[in-house]
Amino acid sequence: MANDEKIMARADSQAGAAGSAGTASKPHRLAVASESERVGVVKTYKLYVGGKFPRTESGRFYKVDDRKGEPLANICRASRKDFREAVVAARAAFSGWQNTSAFLRGQILYRIAEMLEGRKEQFVAELYSTGASRAAAKTEVEEAIDRLVYFAGWCDKYQQVFSSVNPVSSSHFNFSLMEPTGVVTIIAPEKSPLLGLVANLAPAIAGGNTVVVLASESMPTAAVSFAEVLHSSDVPGGVVNLLTGQSEELLEHFASHMDVNALVYCGTDKGQIKQLQTLACDNIKRVILRRQDRWDDDDSRNPYLIADTQEIKTTWHPIGR
Amino acid sequence: MSSNDQENSLNFNTDWSYSPAPESTDHVTIKDRYDLFIGGEFVAPASDKYFTSMNPATEEPLAELAEAGAEDVDRAVKAARKAYKQNWSGLAPASRGKYIYRIARILQERAREFAVVESMDGGKPIRESRDIDVPLAAAHFFYYAGWADKVDYAFPGRKTGPVGVAGQIIPWNFPLLMAAWKIAPALACGNTVVLKPAETTPLTAMLLAEVIAEAELPPGVVNIVTGAGKTGAAIVDHPDIDKIAFTGSTEVGRIIQKALAGTDTRYTLELGGKAANIIFEDAALDQAVEGIVNGIFFNQGHVCCAGSRLLVQESVADDVLGRLKDRMETLIVGDPLDKNTDIGAINSSMQLETINKYLEIGQQEGATMHQSSCALPDKGHWCRPTVFTGVAQSHRIVQEEIFGPVLAVQTFRTVDEAVAKANNTPYGLSGGVWTDKGAKIFKVSNQMRAGVVWANTFNKFDPGSPFGGYKESGVGREGGLHGLKPYLQLA
Repeated sequence: MANDEKIMARADSQAGAAGSAGTASKPHRLAVASESERVGVVKTYKLYVGGKFPRTESGRFYKVDDRKGEPLANICRASRKDFREAVVAARAAFSGWQNTSAFLRGQILYRIAEMLEGRKEQFVAELYSTGASRAAAKTEVEEAIDRLVYFAGWCDKYQQVFSSVNPVSSSHFNFSLMEPTGVVTIIAPEKSPLLGLVANLAPAIAGGNTVVVLASESMPTAAVSFAEVLHSSDVPGGVVNLLTGQSEELLEHFASHMDVNALVYCGTDKGQIKQLQTLACDNIKRVILRRQDRWDDDDSRNPYLIADTQEIKTTWHPIGR
Repeated sequence: MSSNDQENSLNFNTDWSYSPAPESTDHVTIKDRYDLFIGGEFVAPASDKYFTSMNPATEEPLAELAEAGAEDVDRAVKAARKAYKQNWSGLAPASRGKYIYRIARILQERAREFAVVESMDGGKPIRESRDIDVPLAAAHFFYYAGWADKVDYAFPGRKTGPVGVAGQIIPWNFPLLMAAWKIAPALACGNTVVLKPAETTPLTAMLLAEVIAEAELPPGVVNIVTGAGKTGAAIVDHPDIDKIAFTGSTEVGRIIQKALAGTDTRYTLELGGKAANIIFEDAALDQAVEGIVNGIFFNQGHVCCAGSRLLVQESVADDVLGRLKDRMETLIVGDPLDKNTDIGAINSSMQLETINKYLEIGQQEGATMHQSSCALPDKGHWCRPTVFTGVAQSHRIVQEEIFGPVLAVQTFRTVDEAVAKANNTPYGLSGGVWTDKGAKIFKVSNQMRAGVVWANTFNKFDPGSPFGGYKESGVGREGGLHGLKPYLQLA
């Protein structure tokens, strides 16, 4: 029985991918395979590092249950080494992504939204299978799509809002502009596994950073599928790297790695926050805390979220007399 | 051309010399003893302990200063909290601005006194304290005074409000200027402050306390506590401080960041640097040499954004080094109060030890050391302008901040090599680029991972110009519109 349930939950997501919104709300015909019908193909959930989908080098996994508490999938339990590989990939991609024109970054973020829109039903089913109600799952996916469009639009505008020409007293032309902080690690929210991820990922990459994300530990399937969306959206390999695994094991590395410039932590665990902030100081890492449990209001829809992972560079040049 | 080339070398062995031109000190009164400035009054420390601030050029004591302990810091924080609640945060923003304008004006009126005391206490040449430190400090107050009733316009779509009580810890290299950088934006945004000047240079901060009293700021809006590291730690550890602003070494910045882990205290850190000054073959070389000299020998090299690494294109390296060594021979090291002095006294015996340690390290690592041949005064702490050649990227004198008049010289062939070398330290505070090609300036400045880039100039500062570092050079910006943000809550 347990096995049937598992196939059903997974088949749910395939139904979404294949068909219309209506079918996703009912158990699909593929759910119970009879002799006359084909056997469903069950997806393997892997990591996303440097534009590729490797399994964890450690060969470890953990089980994720569906909404009924039945086993849903085996998820990669990423190791410290996987994380380090991801940082190497993010660093290698940084210079290219930083210097990608703002217009093109905007188009690529918009493309992510397009790709997600096209696979909406799959994501609704996936969120449903890990516990969201149908209505909540639909809202979350739609918000995530709209959030990507929102930040796509900011790519070539935040610079104008935040930069300045400075009227210095001496005979110099002086201006300040925003540049991405660099490699940013993101501990995605445990709840709201898709919108929470997008709400924190989008402002970081809109601003030209490259990122390593730790997906929701208990509900990672939508995040892994989102990596497939990124992969088909002209996002250069290495710009977004996504790991799944146990946060207790991986958190310290996200905070302590010496080639990571900033850390975004979504959560409220005081012990974890203190641990991360303590480890971050070895290379004066910027630590950004996002403690909200909602990701659908103005707090997570504004350009100051882009500014969180930006540096300000001021340039001086003499003016001839 | 090299300085060894006798025929082309400049001859400094002439009968012409500079007569002493000391700035008069007769209009300056330094008290024997300064107490803590808490709640608008000068009060003795709970411990009744005092320490002495020395003149680094004469090694003579200047004044005794109160050593604030945890109890005194607590008193200062309470005064700041009270002033925040009862007065300052609720005051009409335009009125706050007027108080800050008063500070700027009184500083301008007392500019000469401040410049002399700054040079006596810290050892910097009077030319710099007179023309740079003091006018810039006054300008900083003037600039932020005007922001007080306009901050909402700086943050589109947001209402702004103050953060609360700010604890501010400043270094000894620009004592008054750093106090202005810290206090002015904090007050403009409606915060109150507890400021700790460095233990080797507390005097101008105490004079500033007098100015603040003279400007009739409400008691407790600005509190100034003197002391060393322990006093600073008491500020950082105080539970009723909402924001810490620190300027100093990366080492101490790291300790502060760690101490604040798990608290809700916000912080900005302005830390160390190891700036590369990149000279391309197409630069105006004489101007570039002036930029190198200003970059590393300004303020004895006690500058976090000092151009302490010279990257010079191989094709012009000999030429540039020859001109640089000639120029170094003309630099006058000596009495900070003499208006002809280029390089004053090293701030303290401790700092001189650090610099001398690096001079040894540099030679042990295999680099070649060159120093100017200038005479040094008998008493006081001094260091001749120094250049190391033959250094490698991994050398400690290339990677670590020395904070003295010591330049490490490397060469490069291509733009990419220059950028790679420039970025190859843990720091990212500032950088310089010298070329007559505009496109090259934009390419290089774009690729430098540093918060301030000086193109065909160096070590320029202005209240309206945001300043702060990438990477391990710090978090946050001071100066300009962007310098308001650390002192505001956005809603």
